[in-house]
Amino acid sequence: MTREMTGAEMVIQALIDQGVEDIFGYPGGAILPIYDEIYQQDNIRHILVRHEQGAGHAAEGYARSTGKVGVALVTSGPGATNMVTALTDALLDSIPVVCLTGQVPTHLIGNDAFQECDTVGITRQCTKHNWLVRSVDDLPRILHEAFYVAKTGRPGPVVVDIPKDVQFATGTYVGPKNIQHKTYRPRVKAETASVKAAVELMSKARKPIFYTGGGVINSGPEASHLLRELVRLTGFPITSTLMGLGAYPASDKQWLGMLGMHGTYESNLAMHDCDVMVCIGARFDDRITGRLDAFAPNSQKIHVDIDPSSINKNVQVDIPIVGDVAYVLEDMIRLWRSSAAQPDKAAIAAWWQQIDKWRARKCLAYTPRRDAIMPQYAIQRLYEMTKGKDVFITTEVGQHQMWAAQFFGFEEPNRWMTSGGLGTMGYGLPSAVGVQVAHPDSLVIDIAGDASVMMTIQEMSTAVQHDLPIKIFILNNQYMGMVRQWQQLLHGNRLSHSYMEALPDFVKLADALGCHGILCDHPDKLDDAIAEMTEVKKPVLFDCRVVNLANCFPMIPSGRAHNDMLLPDEATDEEIESAIGEDGKIMV
Amino acid sequence: MNQPASAYFLVNRSDEPETHTLSVLVDNEPGVLARVIGLFSGRGYNIESLTVSETEHETHLSRITIVTMGAPMVIEQIKNQLARLVPVHKVVDLTTSGAAIERELAMVKVRGKGDQRVEALRLADAFRARVIDATTESFVFEITGKGDKIDQFVALMQPLGLVEVARTGVAALNRGPEGM
Repeated sequence: MTREMTGAEMVIQALIDQGVEDIFGYPGGAILPIYDEIYQQDNIRHILVRHEQGAGHAAEGYARSTGKVGVALVTSGPGATNMVTALTDALLDSIPVVCLTGQVPTHLIGNDAFQECDTVGITRQCTKHNWLVRSVDDLPRILHEAFYVAKTGRPGPVVVDIPKDVQFATGTYVGPKNIQHKTYRPRVKAETASVKAAVELMSKARKPIFYTGGGVINSGPEASHLLRELVRLTGFPITSTLMGLGAYPASDKQWLGMLGMHGTYESNLAMHDCDVMVCIGARFDDRITGRLDAFAPNSQKIHVDIDPSSINKNVQVDIPIVGDVAYVLEDMIRLWRSSAAQPDKAAIAAWWQQIDKWRARKCLAYTPRRDAIMPQYAIQRLYEMTKGKDVFITTEVGQHQMWAAQFFGFEEPNRWMTSGGLGTMGYGLPSAVGVQVAHPDSLVIDIAGDASVMMTIQEMSTAVQHDLPIKIFILNNQYMGMVRQWQQLLHGNRLSHSYMEALPDFVKLADALGCHGILCDHPDKLDDAIAEMTEVKKPVLFDCRVVNLANCFPMIPSGRAHNDMLLPDEATDEEIESAIGEDGKIMV
Repeated sequence: MNQPASAYFLVNRSDEPETHTLSVLVDNEPGVLARVIGLFSGRGYNIESLTVSETEHETHLSRITIVTMGAPMVIEQIKNQLARLVPVHKVVDLTTSGAAIERELAMVKVRGKGDQRVEALRLADAFRARVIDATTESFVFEITGKGDKIDQFVALMQPLGLVEVARTGVAALNRGPEGM
């Protein structure tokens, strides 16, 4: 389809042709022609945020919960620089986001014009790719390429920077079907020989483990489905990174819980002792591996990843497989079924016995309190009270995030939105806005901390404006809990600036914003309060006052190995103080 | 985009840094060099030499030749990171793909009189350097060769009145009939 139109019209037409229904944005001088087009049409809904970072995280939440590309629209200069955090977040967690930025007119570029910044220069390192559109003739191609690049291969954020004169100029629109990218063709189908070698190695395993990550979710629901099939077929235990939660159901008996720094005892010890590790769509991040020279020392490793640069980056693997998780899993299942070799049943049974012993250690246990709410208890009750409901969870970053990962069970993919790689405090609230836009009738809860939530609290106003009944469940301990925990571990309990003085009265704040406020400070009242929160058809700020000094365990302190965890009942003051040696201190 | 085959087994666990020459074919679009350089600086890789120019004008393709140093695992990372940049068509490691030819061009300005001048000319002749500018008290030599040959020539010119040197950086191709 080709026809004459202005650059601004092309943007709307391209969004429609790409199947976009909702976009998140904030207007400003250099993007006004596009906003004028938005005003004159009904195909695309625009959600006005309160800060551009919020638009970015909302687009991420939208993308992560739907599998579609999230779209953000912002102006030049400060509009673009405010997006940098969200773009970096999306890059590190491989979330497909297309961000359209206005730019000063072409003839003013480089002139230090009003609200000018070098957007493509600034965002080059925090996007998968970016474009400055110099001519309206290039605009349709670049817009379609942007969607293609964002969602193809390892997904990620892209920026299209559109000068104001290009938005006004008239040119010929070309539809997406006529566009093919010149160079970018990531490999999705793996080499059969390497998959065969992997299946052969798996069939000889005596102490195997699946270690899966966000790549399974990114590969689509079919990948999660195939993962379940393969895990059940093999009978192997499975653990996952923070980003991969939900790909495998938490209620299943083969599930060991999350691994890594705040992962479960059983998953980390199983990783340490395994003889065959099958890593699928995860990237051996430093929060996962702990001490590299002591990481799964006696194992042979299979690594499935769509991005060749993830392979052999931190950990040398024995069988690298470059491909899309769903394709590779399909091949693995087929080859496993047709393979004569099957693992030694007795060995696998013995492995499970060992794992059950580790499980019996009950690493997540905590001492309940009758007079005060333990943060773990709050998450447990939230989970129990919303079980079976159509729930999406987002989080901020910190202790509450780890407790949510430990105590909230996810049964399906795309239900868990969290900032894993970048660790962006303030991610959860705007992300919940995006999720709720995509799923208007679902229960969307941001499990938050009192410090994180203050970073993007203004987006509650967005939720009110657009009737998005998001629930902000704040575990309020009046501290930056994780910062404090590290200060206790590393800095002699000198709690430098981690106490949140002068927190707002969240109930009054909710009232002022036009939301519903709830305060709960006693375990006996918690269930009723949670029920109230889920029933209210408005955005809710839930101020859940929890025990102030609780810390997040189990934990692999920096510089230690998987089999050297700090468990909650061992975490005496003395043990905490000596948990991290001088070497570990450098590692953070 | 060319990607490394999925079943490559890395056996070399040596952490000794190695020098590799990479040839990178890219779309000659605005910012492409910044992407490549940003990758190296952002991830802490070394650039020993970098040469870039459009080599195929009709298709707007540029060839970037990078000489880099790192442990084998890092070199592998560099190649994979380069390959995943969107405007990159192809990455070839000339160091591992057989004997490559590497050449660099330098212009060397030398100032002097009398015996020094004669000696400079004599050495230039031995190194097959050409005189491309001359005054009664100076020469500019053009010399082509491998980096160490140029290093050696420059070192010899030092006591003979070396003024300044401009070097192009390394250009490299594979031997034999095949292209990258």
